[in-house]
Parts: sequence; structure tokens; C-alpha cells
Amino acid sequence: MNLLVIFIGAALINNFVLQQFLGICPFVGVSKKVDSAFSMGMATTFVMVIAAMVTWLVYNLILVPFNLQILQYVAFILIIASLVQFVEMFIRKVSKPLYDALGIFLPLITTNCAILGLALTSVLKEYSFTETLIYGVGAGIGFTLALVIMAGIREELELVDVPKSFQGAAITMIIAGSLALAFMGFAGII
Amino acid sequence: MKEKTAIQEFVKGIWDENPILVQLLGLCPTLAVTTAAENGLAMGMAATFVLLCSSFLVSMFRKVIPGQVRIAAYIVIIATFVTIADRFLAAFVPDISKSLGPFIPLIIVNCIILGRQEAFASKNGIGRSLLDALGMGLGFTLVLLVLSSIREILGSGTWFGMNIMWESFAEWGVMSQAPGAFITLGCLIAGANWINARRKA
Repeated sequence: MNLLVIFIGAALINNFVLQQFLGICPFVGVSKKVDSAFSMGMATTFVMVIAAMVTWLVYNLILVPFNLQILQYVAFILIIASLVQFVEMFIRKVSKPLYDALGIFLPLITTNCAILGLALTSVLKEYSFTETLIYGVGAGIGFTLALVIMAGIREELELVDVPKSFQGAAITMIIAGSLALAFMGFAGII
Repeated sequence: MKEKTAIQEFVKGIWDENPILVQLLGLCPTLAVTTAAENGLAMGMAATFVLLCSSFLVSMFRKVIPGQVRIAAYIVIIATFVTIADRFLAAFVPDISKSLGPFIPLIIVNCIILGRQEAFASKNGIGRSLLDALGMGLGFTLVLLVLSSIREILGSGTWFGMNIMWESFAEWGVMSQAPGAFITLGCLIAGANWINARRKA
């Protein structure tokens, strides 16, 4: 039950993009087409889950026993950067089509604050290993959901006559605001 | 491109190449921490500090860092300064540090900082890099301050914790929550676009 609460909490109620403002850069940058938004979301979810597990292990098995919590940030960002590199090589070896589909999105994930944010929040909330794993999956799905919804709206938006000053980023922000408003409606479900 | 004077190097970050309004970088902390003017200011100053120190180091070592590992090197340098800023805030202003939460460590992945290292500090001398960093940091802080002031005044009727609205003012609860952040920033960006279009015309 607890795990379900964590999952729904991360995916909908505290949606990483729309409520916690993590991963806004890819949200604005890669949400022009539904296909690429979906690929980006999946790649990010994948890295998120692995990163959440590895950072949990490193934090609890290495940093805490040796009293090195001060190195937390440096350690986490190095783990994430090398993980992204590793995942990139792995996908290229295993599945060429998937690699081509994800393309340039993979290296971009390193600077996606949702990943580092996820690692830091699960340390802050003192989650167990399983809880961290579920939290990661939920956050990834929530991220994908927000990205795909946004991309869907932006595809429609191309046909709309938007005032000149609002074109581009400004209207994207306003739409994101309305989406955030809609997501606030989930707040009562648990 | 024409060579810029030192002053132009400094001024460009404040408006023409403003990191938030024009380059759309570093939006996550911009949106998240701007519920109160105090937080916005603290965030802006912390980011400026990290930006200055990292630009200084990166520009000093720009000829030593090998091209292939430069991004990793920049990130380690940035992460180190972020740790310093984080400990400093936790020690001297624990309340602010608490309300900023994970967004201080998230300065590490703030694209403004990494972007400036890659685009500027790694190619220019120390003096120019410091000016550039200072200008960008100031531009970032200013936008944060404006955004958080609007949100705090409309959302809770206060500014830096002082009551400034009239007695019967009804707070716009939504401004201090997520949607308010998006919508206010959207309007600010549109405003900047409008002013720029006017200036060119």
C-alpha cells in the first residue's frame, strides 16, 4: 500500500515536471512532437530508475559508513554522468534502432535536473531500496506523461494564431501553467 | 562578430542575452524557488557565486583541461562550489536553506552555469570570464527577484515578509503554487519579447 502511495504520489500528485519543476529544460525543448517526446520520456525513465538504484547503493553503502555525506553532490553527479555514458554505449550495442530513435536525447539526460533531483529527494526522504525504485519508476512515468501531453497540445498549437509576443516559450509556459492547475486536481486522491 | 568591450561583456547578461528571458536556461530553479522574494534573492546569489567561482577556475585552467573530458571536469568544479554554497547557506541562513530544499544542489545541473563554461569561460581570459559571469549572474538574480516579488505580493500579500497590501486584499492562492510560477514566467517572457520587438522597430 505504501509503495502504491509513493508511486501515485511521484507520478501524478507531485508530478516532477508540473508540480516540482524538475526537468523543465527538456520539457520545453523536446516537447514539439509526440514521438520524440515519448522517446525522450522513456529514455529518461530508464536512466532515472537505474540512477535512483545506483545512487541509493552508493549513498547508503559507501558514503554513510565512511561519513562522507559532504561528497554527496559530487558523487551523485559523477554517477549520473557516467551512467548516461554507459547506458548510451549499452543501447548502441544491444539495439541499434532504439539507439537511433533516442539519438541526441541520451547525452542531454545528464543535465536533466529530474535525475539528480530524484536521487537527492530519495536521500532526503530516507526511502528504503524498494521505495526508491518505485519512486524512480513513478517519477519517470510522470515525466513521460507530462512531456507527451505537452507535445500533443503543442502539435495542435501550430494551427493556432498566437499573439506575436507570446509565440514560442511564453505560450508554452502559460500552457504548462494550465496543465499544472489540472494536475493539482489529483491532490485529493490519496 | 565584433569584439565586445569589457563593459558590453558585463551588460549583455542583464538584458540582451538574459539567461532566463532570452536564452531560456536554468528554468527549473527559476520556477521552483520563487514563492517568496527572499528565496529568489538567495537562490540568485548562490547561483551567481557558483558561476563566478567556476568561471574563474575554468578560465584559468582552460588550456590544461583536455577537450574530451571537459564537460566532466566542469561538472566536478561546479559541484564542488555548490557544496560550499550549500554548507554556507545551511550554516548562516538555515531557514532559507530549508525552504530552498534540493534546489541548491540542483544548481549543479543548472544549464546557465555549464552553458557559460562551455560557451565563454573555456574560450576567454579570466577578466572577461569574470565580467561575463557577473553579468549573467546579475541577470539571473534580477529576473528571479522580479518573478518572486510578483508571486509573493499577489500570492501572500507580503514582500520580503512585510505586509504591503491593503487590509481587504484577498490572496491569490494559486500564485504561490505551481501554476502561478508557470503563468507569471510566461507573461514575463512575453513582456521581454514585446519590449525587444518595440526596440528593434
